[in-house]
Amino acid sequence: MHELGIIIHIAKTLDDIAVENELEKIGSVTLEIGEVSGIVPDYLTECWDYYRKKNPLMAEAEMRIEILPATTFCEACKKTYPTVAHGRICPHCGSEETYLLAGNECNIKEIEAC
Amino acid sequence: MSEFKVIEIKKNILEDNDHEADLLRAELKKNRTFLLNLMSSPGSGKTTTLVRTIEALKDEMRIGVMEADIDSDVDADTIAKTGVKAIQIHTGGMCHLDADMTRQGLESLETKDVDLAILENVGNLVCPAEFDTGSVKNAMILSVPEGDDKPLKYPLMFSICDVLLINKIDVLPYFDFDIEACSERVKKLNPNIRIIPISSRTGEGMDEWYDWLCSEVKQWNA
Repeated sequence: MHELGIIIHIAKTLDDIAVENELEKIGSVTLEIGEVSGIVPDYLTECWDYYRKKNPLMAEAEMRIEILPATTFCEACKKTYPTVAHGRICPHCGSEETYLLAGNECNIKEIEAC
Repeated sequence: MSEFKVIEIKKNILEDNDHEADLLRAELKKNRTFLLNLMSSPGSGKTTTLVRTIEALKDEMRIGVMEADIDSDVDADTIAKTGVKAIQIHTGGMCHLDADMTRQGLESLETKDVDLAILENVGNLVCPAEFDTGSVKNAMILSVPEGDDKPLKYPLMFSICDVLLINKIDVLPYFDFDIEACSERVKKLNPNIRIIPISSRTGEGMDEWYDWLCSEVKQWNA
């Protein structure tokens, strides 16, 4: 349940971006969230809807979330596979020497603002 | 009002925190203060372990403690009785500390006269693992009643720690906690982690922990 903490970070970042780009109002925020980042998208939007009201810059901004699929790479056979279906063990060769290539992201992709 | 335009940001949300944490570590190095981030579940014996550690080391080094909690001053009161500097950080509902909150805590602790600052993070195995506090080393406590399967459930926490204290080993006969199986699971996630079984109640294993901590503090502050 660290969704509120993440929202506070996003709000801080947006404040900085607004100063840099001389923005007055943010209409939407689009995030890229990795499938295995541990972030619950529904909680995140709920926290956003609570927190955005505290700041006129983003009070009306809608949050959009794009989920990025998780992919794991196998050191032993050099193949990749979808993380969620198979976890840490490579479905191609059975090796445990694998690491996450993508799927842990938490990025602000873009905003709509004026 | 003018029309909305799309601005591409492509920014990792935790990037700022990571940067802030690196800055904080550099300042700590300069000021010769070692910051230990101590994490665990609620009820694992963090405060008891801390009190005992302080009693053992307070003549050797100047210690300061930051107690992070959502609310209440219970832990800071307990620590203050040992005679070292202690402050309470209220996270106001947040489940973890980030580098910025840690910096504010260090400022009110006035660390220029502190060799070892200990941050007792919020009791939680999920969120504190995600945010770099700026600490020099991360330690965690897993207690026997919690079960030896915790590394499987909270892999990130076990991956980012430098030392794992397995606490309450005095009650091992009453639980089906397998230290060897647990250590194997942890080492698979984090081959370099130091695992020290302790009982903060009886004192068993605590010397090894004090030695680890002392040598880390001396190395950093040299």
